[in-house]
Amino acid sequence: MNYVIIGNSTAGVAAIEAIRECDKDGRITVISDEPYANYSRPLISYLLAGLVSADKMPYRTGDFYKDNRVELILSKRADRLDLETREVILQDGKRVPFDRLLIATGGIPIVPEIKGINLNGIFTFTRWIDAERIKKYIEDNGVEKALVVGGGLIGLKATEALMELGIKVTIVELADRILSATFDKKASKIIEDALSQMGCRLITSNTVVEFSGEGQKVEQALLRDEETVPADLVIIAIGVRPNVELPVHTPIKVNRGILVDDLMQTSVKDVYAAGDCCEARDALLNINRPIAIWPNASRQGKIAGYNMAGVRREYRGGFAMNSVELCGIPTISVGTTDPSALPGTGPEGEYEVLDHLDENRAVYKKLVLRDNTIVGAIFINDIDRAGIYTGLISDKVDVSSFRAHLLKEDFGLISLPKEYRKHLVTGEAIEI
Amino acid sequence: MKRIYIREEYCMGCRLCEIHCLVQHSKSREIIKAYKGEYPKPQPRLIVEEKGYLSFALQCRHCEDAPCLEACITGAMYRDRETGAVLCDEDRCVGCWMCIMVCPFGVISRNLEGKKVASKCDLCMGEETPVCVRNCPNEAIVYEEKT
Ligand SMILES: Cc1cc2nc3c(=O)[nH]c(=O)nc-3n(C[C@H](O)[C@H](O)[C@H](O)COP(=O)(O)OP(=O)(O)OC[C@H]3O[C@@H](n4cnc5c(N)ncnc54)[C@H](O)[C@@H]3O)c2cc1C
Repeated sequence: MNYVIIGNSTAGVAAIEAIRECDKDGRITVISDEPYANYSRPLISYLLAGLVSADKMPYRTGDFYKDNRVELILSKRADRLDLETREVILQDGKRVPFDRLLIATGGIPIVPEIKGINLNGIFTFTRWIDAERIKKYIEDNGVEKALVVGGGLIGLKATEALMELGIKVTIVELADRILSATFDKKASKIIEDALSQMGCRLITSNTVVEFSGEGQKVEQALLRDEETVPADLVIIAIGVRPNVELPVHTPIKVNRGILVDDLMQTSVKDVYAAGDCCEARDALLNINRPIAIWPNASRQGKIAGYNMAGVRREYRGGFAMNSVELCGIPTISVGTTDPSALPGTGPEGEYEVLDHLDENRAVYKKLVLRDNTIVGAIFINDIDRAGIYTGLISDKVDVSSFRAHLLKEDFGLISLPKEYRKHLVTGEAIEI
Repeated sequence: MKRIYIREEYCMGCRLCEIHCLVQHSKSREIIKAYKGEYPKPQPRLIVEEKGYLSFALQCRHCEDAPCLEACITGAMYRDRETGAVLCDEDRCVGCWMCIMVCPFGVISRNLEGKKVASKCDLCMGEETPVCVRNCPNEAIVYEEKT
């Protein structure tokens, strides 16, 4: 069996592990246009800030590829798929034949068409090389003021790294608050206040219409409301979209992302897709949509790997979730956190909210319920044991019998009905 | 693999497991020093849950299909090849708490003293029997291989 994986990141690596678990003999070839064996994308902000060294970037180390007998083709882009001959055609024309193919090409940062976008000093921030180039640009140009366009997760991680380097940062965000995709208003406010306190300027409900500068280097941004913000470095972080360049001219069905079934197979037999490039099932909203997060990419890669190796495993669906520390404040958000902002999923009345806000300690906890199951959660500052709620969301557990305990300080497995506790732990461990 | 099984009906809530766990994961491995004089302050790797007469000690289940392994962005969380235990390489951990977000048992905690790292049960690597089990006076936790 000839397995070919395009993309050597979260989904690709998880697929390697799953395939090798089931098939000790098959040939695995991995193609990547990046030069590294593997590295953790979320760590690039830590790298930029100097909090993590280059040797800690790989998350599968040592002899991972040798042990799994993987042939690695690095620094080469897969240019085209020939589904008739079952070959991947590389940028140098070389053809790599496959029996089973996994497309794990991830996401591409969205770059807006703004006047002056090609000036030097304007970067996106999703790859190791971006972090390196930004670092070099900062050193070479003595950058003092930066503008981050986009107040989502990546924008904020970039902001933190830049502030760590002593750079003054302004964030401009189109929505009326930061982190609007994953947080509700109260949660956003806590982080906004913390950012302001650290000296970061926040401009919301606004956007850049033009970048300009003398010569080739960016010096300022003109905003929609005609304010000019000086900046000798700009990070564009307005989102990523699924990278569907390869399948787009093939019979493989693509919507926003590559469409996959519960086996992570595309509309073409033996061709699979996983991770940020695909549109898999959202277990909470019951639709297929891209959810560009690490745990989903590794889960999907693993499921794809098993199925490619002939061991049937179904993807149970994933949902949005994230855990990030921002300004030293730990935050976790899971699922549907702000039902009032949901487009087209029924009236808000179907949802119920339980929450607890302690403004002095900046502690915020919120659960969103629907039909007696938890469908969303936010935890700010007090995140301990948050995973229990994630588990209840994932398993769609009816919480009516222990609802009153849900947000109590001492909430734990002990608060759950005995049968569920048993179910949770049978096979794995506890005998209760 | 050998795992820790919990028998809640035998648990008296004495918390000896917690004390022994903390001492085992301290530098000095001496109870008074461990509790009073060490920095970073050692932390127990298990949680004792208690409500009325019901109580039990809960530690990492070392799941077969462990969500923390999938969620870890640094490779810090790994499965020990020999024992099958799920362990955290604190040197690699950056304290992003993705593991805390996904652990359905809520048994990974934050160690905030010194370098921020995820802290969890390591089955007392190197010991014949984890100290929580060895010191439980009522066999409310047992360490065995079940098929
Ligand atoms: C700064 C930052 C912070 C993040 N933080 C978090 C976080 O805290 N938590 C979280 O859950 N997620 C986080 N993410 C998202 C997470 O990194 C992604 O969800 C995950 O990396 C997706 O993995 P993937 O394998 O699908 O794709 P990717 O990691 O995008 O990898 C795809 C790979 O395929 C390669 N490739 C693409 N096309 C081709 C081609 N034609 N030929 C050859 N190779 C190709 C790409 O170069 C790339 O190496 C973060 C992302 C960024 C950028």
